[in-house]
Amino acid sequence: MSGGALLEVDGLEKWFPVAGGRLFGPRPRLRALDGVSLTMQRGEVLGVVGESGSGKTTLGRAVLRLLEPSAGRIVFDGTDITTLSRRRMRPLRPRMQLVFQDPFASLNPRMTVGSIVAAPLVVQGRGDRAERARAVAEALEMVGLPARAAERFPHEFSGGQRQRIGIARALILRPDFLVADEPVSALDVSIQAQVVNLLLELQQRLGLAIMFIGHDLAVVGHISERIAVMYLGRIVEMGPTDEVLARPAHPYTKALFAAAPVPDPARRGRRVLLSGDVPSPIDPPSGCAFRTRCPQAMSACADGRPELRPVSTGHAAACILLNATT
Amino acid sequence: MPPIPDSDPPLLRVRDLAVRFHTDGGVVNAVDGVSFDLRRGETLAIVGESGSGKSVTGLAIMRLLPGGPGCVVDGEVLFAGGGAARDLLRLDADAMRRVRGDRVAMVFQEPMTSLNPVHPIGAQIAEALVHHRGLAQRVALDRATELLERVGIPEPRRRLASFPHQLSGGMRQRAMIAMALSCDPDVLIADEPTTALDVTIQAQILELIADLQRQSGMAVIFITHNLGVVAEIADRVLVMYAGRAMERAEVAPLFAQPAHPYTAGLLASVPRLDQRGTVRQGLTAIPGNMPDPTRLPEGCAFHPRCTHAVAGTCDQAVPAAETSADGRMVRCARWRELRA
Repeated sequence: MSGGALLEVDGLEKWFPVAGGRLFGPRPRLRALDGVSLTMQRGEVLGVVGESGSGKTTLGRAVLRLLEPSAGRIVFDGTDITTLSRRRMRPLRPRMQLVFQDPFASLNPRMTVGSIVAAPLVVQGRGDRAERARAVAEALEMVGLPARAAERFPHEFSGGQRQRIGIARALILRPDFLVADEPVSALDVSIQAQVVNLLLELQQRLGLAIMFIGHDLAVVGHISERIAVMYLGRIVEMGPTDEVLARPAHPYTKALFAAAPVPDPARRGRRVLLSGDVPSPIDPPSGCAFRTRCPQAMSACADGRPELRPVSTGHAAACILLNATT
Repeated sequence: MPPIPDSDPPLLRVRDLAVRFHTDGGVVNAVDGVSFDLRRGETLAIVGESGSGKSVTGLAIMRLLPGGPGCVVDGEVLFAGGGAARDLLRLDADAMRRVRGDRVAMVFQEPMTSLNPVHPIGAQIAEALVHHRGLAQRVALDRATELLERVGIPEPRRRLASFPHQLSGGMRQRAMIAMALSCDPDVLIADEPTTALDVTIQAQILELIADLQRQSGMAVIFITHNLGVVAEIADRVLVMYAGRAMERAEVAPLFAQPAHPYTAGLLASVPRLDQRGTVRQGLTAIPGNMPDPTRLPEGCAFHPRCTHAVAGTCDQAVPAAETSADGRMVRCARWRELRA
């Protein structure tokens, strides 16, 4: 199955123990990831979209082995990394990097921008002082910041510039895989577009594969070639972005599209409202996790968990309504 | 929403509102000469990015700014609810307390920080009714139950005893709205009420506010950075940048033909699923960054980022607020030639 894919994830699960439950009884578990499988090619942008509690952030951290998976398998460029030790992971680390959501919390305020961006080189023991300084200048330039930014501190920069610093840090080791976890959510609209453009440009120039995690369907849809829609720890639909946007197959995807406000007053008020909240991942509904909010739910939805089934080429969705028609 | 005749006197008339903060870093003109009218039953969206002064405008109207020598508020906020127009900025503290939460109410972005964590939500909603309407606690709690039901909270009677942390984000925001609506206000100021919520929950809350508005005829000032939300709910829009009103217009013409380059840039930088090409391409970003509020650029605050800026004009004087034939306000030295 190693047909050159960069990342293969198979049946990935992640549980977190939570407080509560009966004394001596089983400890309740929060199922953040509940059997996620996906493949990413080299240089590909996969968008992962979902609401809070969908498991999208956990997915990003688990595939980087920043969280220990509870079950399933992660294969990175042909190497099974699911249970690799820290030491054995180390040589792979430079190839997989992360860009964080919060440009304020993710940069150490006491470090200069230069030492923040150089940190991955230091950790990996690469280069001497002069080489590192050169690499920092190059990385800063790559993200559109002047080299002299290296001497300054994070608080001297705006949110958008800080996010550029975070991207420079992630790229200084020249990774081939980047997880970008809501990288523009904390930014203003006019700045958000700059950072999306920067990521697109760098991805094309460096041949990066990016897992772009977000809650804003328009942003995620804009940057990704393929899109995965998550709900309560599962992928409910996945396929080429154009295809998923044009012909969403899963009722949740449809509802998510309908709920996203369109900046066009002429298209007001054509929405299917989902009622209720996302159920708790500690006690998810049986069968299809979406059935409690699904406008098309029927009794059979409670019975079995629907698997992802092909809808068209490369496009799959997990809904029993689709099983009936195909 | 039926169009409101222009002859109807505005419910709220804000004139030359200015808020200045004296900080260690210098003077910040957080709001600088903002004027608008709000008519009964209409929704005015104030849209802007961080530092635009949109939230401070709402807080100034509510008289919720700290006051003292560090914060100076100027201008007029004429409120015509409940009789003759009064300038809210000049009411004494007692009179203002009678208006606030009763005739003019506010909903905030983060319900977790705006609700009191140690009191059940029923008591918090009842408080306004006891204070403003002089209701007995038991009657006020009955009314709170009705309000919770009206904002779509299931099992409202049981929920009276819930503490804020026991509710989901969407439910907390509903509880906040119930609290704001408890005295049937004439004006609801909603400051980013859906920003912290998931899109499917946001859609529910927007629908709820629109429904309640239809029932009660209250006017809404909706403060947001999200142009999608603006398109969804606003009748008229005020676009702010660096404390100044850049453009004010009816919602349809504003989106169809923005007059100010900042409005146009903002609209262009929003990715749209319905206009996504088959090839992934860059978005049209506005270059540069937000200006430092203590050192705003000379002239038009937007000129360093504006692709239409002309040296000698845009960097000299703050453009005057001009009114176009179709009744929109634009603060740009070049808008007429750019439109031609």
